[in-house]
Amino acid sequence: MDNLLSITTFIPAIAAAILAIFLRGEDAAAQRSAKWVALIATSLTFIVSIFILVGFDPSDTGFQFVEERQWLLGLKYKMGVDGISVLFVMLTTFIMPLTIAASWGVTKRVKEYMIAFLILETLMLGVFMALDLVLFYLFFEAGLIPMFLIIGIWGGKERIYASFKFFLYTFLGSVLMLVAMVAMFSDAGTTDIVTLLNHQFGSESFSILGIHIVGGMQTLMFIAFFASFAVKMPMWPVHTWLPDAHVQAPTAGSVVLAAILLKMGGYGFLRFSLPMFPVGAEVLTPLILWMSAIAIVYTSLVALAQEDMKKLIAYSSVAHMGYVTMGIFAANQQGIDGAIFQMVSHGFISGALFLCVGVIYDRMHTREIDAYGGLVNRMPAYALIFMLFTMANVGLPGTSGFIGEFLTLVGVFQVNTWVAAVATVGVILSAAYALWLYRRVVLGDLIKESLKSITDMTGRERAIFAPLVVMTLLLGVYPSLVTDITGPAVEALISNYDTALAEAHSANQLAAAQH
Amino acid sequence: MIEQTILFAPLIGAIIAGFGWRIIGDMGAQWLTTGLLFLSCILSWVVFLGHDGETHIIHILDWIQSGTLSTEWSIRLDRLTAIMLIVVTTVSALVHLYSMGYMAHDENFSETESYRPRFFAYLSFFTFAMLMLVTADNLAQMFFGWEGVGLASYLLIGFYFRKPSANAASIKAFVVNRVGDFGFALGIMAIYFLTDSIRFEDIFAAGPELAETQLTFLWTEWNAANLIAFLLFVGAMGKSAQLFLHTWLPDAMEGPTPVSALIHAATMVTAGVFLVCRMSPIMEYAPEAMAFVTFIGASTAFFAATVGLVQNDIKRVIAYSTCSQLGYMFVAAGLGVYSVAMFHLLTHAFFKAMLFLGAGSVIHGMHHEQDMRNYGGLRKKLPYTFWAMLIGTLAITGVGIPLTHIGFAGFLSKDAVIEVAYAGSMGGYAFWMLVIAALFTSFYSWRLMFMTFWGKPRGDKHTHDHAHESPAVMLVPLGVLALGAIFSGMLWYSSFFGHTDQVAKFFGVPYAEASEHGQAAEGGDTAEAAAHGEEGAAAAGEHHYAFTGQPGEGAIHVGPENTVLDAAHGVPAWVKVSPFVAMLTGLVLALWFYVWDPAMPRRVAENQRPLYLFLLNKWYFDEIYDFLIVQPAKSLGRLLWRRGDGDVIDGSINGVAMGIVPFFTRLAGRAQSGYIFTYAFAMVIGIAVLVTWMTFIGGAE
Repeated sequence: MDNLLSITTFIPAIAAAILAIFLRGEDAAAQRSAKWVALIATSLTFIVSIFILVGFDPSDTGFQFVEERQWLLGLKYKMGVDGISVLFVMLTTFIMPLTIAASWGVTKRVKEYMIAFLILETLMLGVFMALDLVLFYLFFEAGLIPMFLIIGIWGGKERIYASFKFFLYTFLGSVLMLVAMVAMFSDAGTTDIVTLLNHQFGSESFSILGIHIVGGMQTLMFIAFFASFAVKMPMWPVHTWLPDAHVQAPTAGSVVLAAILLKMGGYGFLRFSLPMFPVGAEVLTPLILWMSAIAIVYTSLVALAQEDMKKLIAYSSVAHMGYVTMGIFAANQQGIDGAIFQMVSHGFISGALFLCVGVIYDRMHTREIDAYGGLVNRMPAYALIFMLFTMANVGLPGTSGFIGEFLTLVGVFQVNTWVAAVATVGVILSAAYALWLYRRVVLGDLIKESLKSITDMTGRERAIFAPLVVMTLLLGVYPSLVTDITGPAVEALISNYDTALAEAHSANQLAAAQH
Repeated sequence: MIEQTILFAPLIGAIIAGFGWRIIGDMGAQWLTTGLLFLSCILSWVVFLGHDGETHIIHILDWIQSGTLSTEWSIRLDRLTAIMLIVVTTVSALVHLYSMGYMAHDENFSETESYRPRFFAYLSFFTFAMLMLVTADNLAQMFFGWEGVGLASYLLIGFYFRKPSANAASIKAFVVNRVGDFGFALGIMAIYFLTDSIRFEDIFAAGPELAETQLTFLWTEWNAANLIAFLLFVGAMGKSAQLFLHTWLPDAMEGPTPVSALIHAATMVTAGVFLVCRMSPIMEYAPEAMAFVTFIGASTAFFAATVGLVQNDIKRVIAYSTCSQLGYMFVAAGLGVYSVAMFHLLTHAFFKAMLFLGAGSVIHGMHHEQDMRNYGGLRKKLPYTFWAMLIGTLAITGVGIPLTHIGFAGFLSKDAVIEVAYAGSMGGYAFWMLVIAALFTSFYSWRLMFMTFWGKPRGDKHTHDHAHESPAVMLVPLGVLALGAIFSGMLWYSSFFGHTDQVAKFFGVPYAEASEHGQAAEGGDTAEAAAHGEEGAAAAGEHHYAFTGQPGEGAIHVGPENTVLDAAHGVPAWVKVSPFVAMLTGLVLALWFYVWDPAMPRRVAENQRPLYLFLLNKWYFDEIYDFLIVQPAKSLGRLLWRRGDGDVIDGSINGVAMGIVPFFTRLAGRAQSGYIFTYAFAMVIGIAVLVTWMTFIGGAE
């Protein structure tokens, strides 16, 4: 199949179009059809995407399933996946049916809700597959709109504030990225990502307005992209939009946000920042490593102080993303393998944790930790699932959470022992906040009158968790499922990075000698 | 196949009992897990007795593969593993059996609740994790077991999930252990950084090289071997509850008593000692780190014994006793006599598990009363328990015939540790700390016996009237452990603390006859040397032997300069007798305080009130940590959240860029959907600019 990627990407969009055009009315039957259409479409997307994974050859470090077409105004439509992006595609198609299933209880504007999620899936898949700069930018930016709507329309009380914060933070970063893209095009004369990956951007230092810029053009471009990806990730100190967005978003929105949208930042670092601007990356690596280490400790401490379950998990997400950025900019095999692994694994774990909050939020309509306590007495199955994902979040070996943390730490230790030591403190703090949360919500005697009649998870809820449980344990015991796919691509990425750095250094030395 | 069965039988039991108890029923779950554990136990003994000292590695499945970092799930079977296998599975099997009686009725749960399958599933899961730890052939798998037992410990300490104290204790145990894991994890990273592998074979071979390597870590340069040994030992301190990281262990007594016997006495807490012994090829090249190990071990032995003197909760006394005995093991390991550390680990597992199970039997018989001030005169009511506890006490205090090798298990192993301490520390700090600790050990152990079984019944009369002996399922394990507490010392004395050749043969380490100049006269592989060793022993025993194994050969590595084992046999007679004297002194003092003059303890406590309170409050460690670490961390979290995130970050970013939010919000209030178009519009303009720019540039080219 020549256009497998396009088919995968646009199935949800087509389903959304069908819903928009043909579905009328707000009665129960219409709502049910909207849900079923969305569920079938996302499941079908997942099934089709399995063919991508099966047909994918890990030993080939180039792009596969490449499609290239002319598009409007001389722009190109080019898609493809490699060892770095293919797993993000799979993660997206895997998570989406679960989020639709988790939204079965939605009653407000169901059709629009499902359309928003379906469009969002298409756009997210597009981000991970696009091989053209303009196309990437389109998908990357347009993806904000449905998420923005999901928070703004189906969110909680403070949804307007949260959705604007979300929008402005991410948008301000994107403006800088747009400028850098224009600069890239003017320098390289193409928007083709494959060509750009082999293009050397200028790295000779120069001064603007009296400020000496080491690494020159590359550093500036790196910073522009970094502004966008760091907000998306999110990295400390531009993370504060995330807790607000999570708290206000509906459960399914939080799941998609944590499991997939955040990964666009990490993916962007790996697709653009590291390979295209190696000199810029090298210049800023110490800063980024420290930002990551601070993020881990800082947000873990903040998580300790939270009274709102979703906020706590959101801060924990920021801490876990700290391991990702740390691993990526360690720029060695373990670091980047670990970063990709951590992103995939975090997709399952944080998604599951937000679903865990959703389960009791649906019953009690509060996220206050103090409103709960002793749930294990009436919800043993829930207690077990929540325990599993709490432990996975803490990074217990045997769950997928461990592998990512361990590999990124091993990776960064080789680069900077201070950062490694500070980041390892996160291992202690994560245990403290996660178990403290679990204790206050699940353990203890069931005293609160309001909880006396709470019911355990339904069959539908269990079915949603089952795939996540399987993946978390499977990847924890046999992580080669991921590293076999990413390994060769990461190896190529690192060797290109090192070569490019070496060339740039010798070129700059030569230039310096001639002066 | 035998090894795999040993390893996975408990896991299968745990899974079936945990998830399938509705099908197989309460009793089915109990019998299944117990049966599988006994299977594991029998096979472990088969493996142990048939073990030839050679190292075997059995590959099961690949695990983490990333570049040169390659780890597998596998079983490393050598003497150290074999010893741990029998310790873990024997105690675990007996504790499973015992729990069938102990957990039969529990007032923390209503009659309709099925808590027993959960308990047995946790116990079996713990056993599996512990077996993964001891059979690991790389540090990552060991870390898996290490954290796995931590999880099991967390679950079991918090088993009575309705009790706030149990929940607090379980979190404390997990988090304090994580502090230790912080060191362990950094140690693994450092090892991978320097040796490009975390497999034991590769690490061990790199031992001598690490001793010559300098590593920049944090603010300065370190000797690599010392740094790694130190970091790994921090992990061991957490798991084995050594001084500064010990605070979780006494609180862990919140768990049901069989748990305390299995996890917090016999097996999990000894994992730290096992780690130090396992890493002997690195430890041997890290003299400063080993001095630290010895110092911490000796200090813990002393500290915990002092606290044990005044505790009133029967389980807490034994918990501090465990802490103290672990200190003994670390002293032996720190001085490079790993075999003796393992010896004490083995004997301690038997008698300490028995003391705990005996205490459990008392608690069970006394309707969950744990305060010894409410015991007294229970000898008649609980005769079998009394005899078991007596044997345990004789073993832990080290009763035996001085200057011979006849005595209870503790007599042989503890005295061995003390002799090693004298030989290794030149009669210094470690030796004296351990002798004083031995005196205290004897005092608090006998105090426990006298307060519980002698004198008049104190406390609630009703409880005493209904005090009853435990059922057979609880007494049989006591009997089996009693055999171990009596005979295990005498039986394996020469294997662990015999002459160098005997020890070397047992651990599969090559050795050779040492000439008078102290040089190894002959090399040779194990088989050859073993044959030679028999001849040598037959000749007269005049020969001296030395370990000649390279790092990684055999289960332990003893460097050529390390002659502490030999020296320990040649210590003066007064040193050999000193622990015995300490034991007698402690016994007499306990008799005086608690039998001859029962008013005495109160008088002493009142006269020495500050000292008494200091000990009773465990040297105020909990209070100090709470003040220095826990509270500051919480306030820092609040500060960073409110001030950092709220005022500084949001304040500045909002102030500059997001001042428009309220404006937009107001706008949005008026036109619900207007703002989306604003955004979409901005994006369209962005793309229009991009496309225009490209058309221009493209045209120019």
